[in-house]
Amino acid sequence: MPEAIALRGLVCQRAGRDLFAPLDLRVEAGSLVELRGANGSGKSTLLRTLNGVHQQYRGQFTIDPCLFQGHRLGLDELLSPLENLRFAAALHDRQLDEDGAFAALERFGVVRYGLTRMADLSAGQQRRVAMARWYLAALPVWLLDEPFTALDADGQALLTQLMVEHCATGGVIVCATHMPVPIEAKTLLSLAMVA
Amino acid sequence: MWRLLKREIMVMWRATGVIFNPLMFLFLAVMLFAVGAPPSTGGGSAVASYGGAILWILVLLTNLLSLDGLFRRDYDNGMIEQMATAPQPLFMLLLMRISAHWIAVGLLLTLLSPLLGVLLGVSVNALVVVFLTLLIGTPALSFLGATGAALTVSFARSGALLGLLILPLYLPTLIFGATAIHDQVNGVDNPAALYWLAVVSILAIGLGPFACAMGLRISLEMQ
Repeated sequence: MPEAIALRGLVCQRAGRDLFAPLDLRVEAGSLVELRGANGSGKSTLLRTLNGVHQQYRGQFTIDPCLFQGHRLGLDELLSPLENLRFAAALHDRQLDEDGAFAALERFGVVRYGLTRMADLSAGQQRRVAMARWYLAALPVWLLDEPFTALDADGQALLTQLMVEHCATGGVIVCATHMPVPIEAKTLLSLAMVA
Repeated sequence: MWRLLKREIMVMWRATGVIFNPLMFLFLAVMLFAVGAPPSTGGGSAVASYGGAILWILVLLTNLLSLDGLFRRDYDNGMIEQMATAPQPLFMLLLMRISAHWIAVGLLLTLLSPLLGVLLGVSVNALVVVFLTLLIGTPALSFLGATGAALTVSFARSGALLGLLILPLYLPTLIFGATAIHDQVNGVDNPAALYWLAVVSILAIGLGPFACAMGLRISLEMQ
């Protein structure tokens, strides 16, 4: 079975400067990669490169269709969670299954706010809506940048469970984090800064 | 596609100010001209011709003011990076977004222009041409301006830079628009200006979304 992600000597650059030593990695379906590294070591840039919004890099990589979650959630604060999910589906040329969307919001504990504006939700609640977006996207690879930020203990448990579930169904997660992901089966990828 | 346009218009409607601020700005700017340089002080066709040109310039500046908000919010909340990597082509999403901007700003100002023209002393037969040139010309303002907005969205305070970038691009539109009004006022039968105005708009609509998509990808690199 071909790998979901393959990096061959990949180095991300900013303003012509290498951010880390070349990366070689093959990620099989069903694995979780924990991306570690100091502040400024290029974790976010690596995820942005894999997602295709950062174009300055050397080396090569291949990746299956992926979902990207940066520091900016990608949810419109003027729209309700439901409208945001509808738009996210439209971006992928799909019609949103409304019952499925409500079930997802219910699962992440924000179904009460399904029709209120995102701007009226707290940071943690917005994160939970973002989790519903990943869940409904049905994409094999998830690139998550600091997904545990702003979540309460309950939210972190929900997120951990979601990640386990995604990997168990053959999905792949690359997760940049400073807090160790509380899952046993994971690959560690540390970014070493180049002097 | 319709779903995407519906979403754009819905967001415009909810973002209080996107629709009303340009309207109020243009109205107040016209009032300043009407008070500071009342049409009655001059005389003859010069005033009627100037009135139309002044209205054109004010519409152009109003457009420029409204451009900064075109991508700012979506850049800050991460929507742009989702749009840039979605299977839906980015230029198509931008075509919807800029069309919505034109409806909310360009078209609305055009519909209001006969009233504002009267305040500026534009003669009745010239009002028709003012309306027509604005209807044909404002798409160019939105689509050219969006390209500049896309390139400058990564800078926190981009207003002045946006003006420097965009105003030169607005010149052809202004020249053809003002010429058409001037010819009409002076009784010259010269439809060429209107045709050229349409040419600029069609080119802007055709190429603008692609240029805009490239601009946004460059801006995303800055993050």
